[in-house]
Amino acid sequence: MISGILQYEFLQNAFFSGIIIGLIAPLLGVFIVVRRLSLIADALSHVALAGIAASLFMGKNFAFFSGLNPLYMGMAFSVGGAIFIEKLRTVYKHYQELAIPIILSGGIGLSVIFISLADGFNTDLFSYLFGSVSAVSRADLWTIIAISIFVLLTIFLMYKELFLLSFDEEYAKATGIAAKTIHFIFIVMVALVIAASMRVVGILLVSSLMTLPVAASIRLSRGFKQTILFSVIFGEASVIGGLFLSYYLDLAPGGTIVMIAVLILLVTVLIKKLSNLRAV
Amino acid sequence: MKNIRPIIEINHLSYRYERENVLEDINLIVHKGAFLGIVGPNGSGKSTLLKLILGLLRPQNGEIRLFGEDIKQFKDQHKIGFVSQKANSFNSGFPATVYEVVSSGLTKKIGMLRFHKNEDSLKIKKAIAAVGMEKFVDRNIGELSGGQQQRVFIARALVSDPELLILDEPTVGVDAENVHSFYEMLSKLNRDGITLIMVTHDIGAISDKVTNVACLNKALHFHGTSHEFETEKTNGMSDIYGHGVHLLNHDHHHEHEGAQL
Repeated sequence: MISGILQYEFLQNAFFSGIIIGLIAPLLGVFIVVRRLSLIADALSHVALAGIAASLFMGKNFAFFSGLNPLYMGMAFSVGGAIFIEKLRTVYKHYQELAIPIILSGGIGLSVIFISLADGFNTDLFSYLFGSVSAVSRADLWTIIAISIFVLLTIFLMYKELFLLSFDEEYAKATGIAAKTIHFIFIVMVALVIAASMRVVGILLVSSLMTLPVAASIRLSRGFKQTILFSVIFGEASVIGGLFLSYYLDLAPGGTIVMIAVLILLVTVLIKKLSNLRAV
Repeated sequence: MKNIRPIIEINHLSYRYERENVLEDINLIVHKGAFLGIVGPNGSGKSTLLKLILGLLRPQNGEIRLFGEDIKQFKDQHKIGFVSQKANSFNSGFPATVYEVVSSGLTKKIGMLRFHKNEDSLKIKKAIAAVGMEKFVDRNIGELSGGQQQRVFIARALVSDPELLILDEPTVGVDAENVHSFYEMLSKLNRDGITLIMVTHDIGAISDKVTNVACLNKALHFHGTSHEFETEKTNGMSDIYGHGVHLLNHDHHHEHEGAQL
């Protein structure tokens, strides 16, 4: 595969996209997991699917849209979905988790309609669902790079606010930081990272790349920064290993990446069990 | 004392949730250096009063002045440290060290798009030492006992050098043998010049720890020094909660009756 990467542009695209996603998805995932918002990532990925399906459908029927990268529409839908979730959470103050199934089913419903209108599945849509090593274009790679720069810069600049908001929301508000604005920026970042990740891991498995490495990391690490570090290491290991397996076994990368992440999680649980036994 | 600007001044403050009155015509003054205990049964409006002082709720009637300034204009939140009822807002599985938790207390003071400086880490260590937790700097917060966690949250509040520290039921979750040293620590902070407000339902425990007492049950039924409070209590004359029985047997079953009075 190494020689292939040097040789073929499509492999370079997939590989570099993978490395970037292996960094930003678990990084943002740490904040998502500790705030118990894992399901929001799932909901938003299904809204992104609706955007992709809409774009594929329109590309088929209107010349103007045929040149448009479906990723943009997926991004727009997912950010729109994020804003909508926040609105719903203020409407249903006492049932905040209700926003998630509403958005999730709305996203799938809309996707099904567009898929039916476009006359069913085609291979393109399949690659969006489960990821692909061959379908990542150079334009996708540039979009993913742009998103990652935005996300990395934002987390770097707002780390202490994001930490405080994640650790103790009530206290964060009491100290007078702009909690609402920060939360809004956070949720938009989640939407963008989902859009960026779906090309490689696929829409159905995006949220797992944000949660599984973090779930493994929390078992082992001491402190928040170490949790981030281990999450990113596990994320990168899953993505790189998964892409290699996918390439050699001719499988969709979504499956191989997620299964490696699951394996890492199981190993960390086992290690923790053993070290606890030894301590007793 | 009276000519010094009070730290908190509350005039004719009322608050209602939908149809239910929670606070009725509260008047309260807290001077610098005081250690005020606010006592009251569950549902007496203690938490609402704290949320109003902290700016988490807006007053509907009456006014709150903090450090001489109307709360609507008040911008110096870092002068107020807050220790919430731990169980409400904190995820005990959160992967953060004591150091990281305490450093988050500086977030607002440092400001957006700015970073911790070297002298901040000194401040953080000093605050951790002030609550006697220096041995646990690198431990995850979830590994500590309830009392230790509460000390960490006090350090988080202290790190921004507040002039006023507000504690909401701080001894909930602190085991009995550590409660005494916990109050010792609070008294020491108070002697060092920090004004303290502590909310509790534990009326018996506090009168020898604090300098002033306010008894709240929707309205303020008593407000004075802890010495006056002791006299009132032993005389049994006063309607401290608007219902004398509570004070004698502190029976939770009667609290709702009291609330209706």
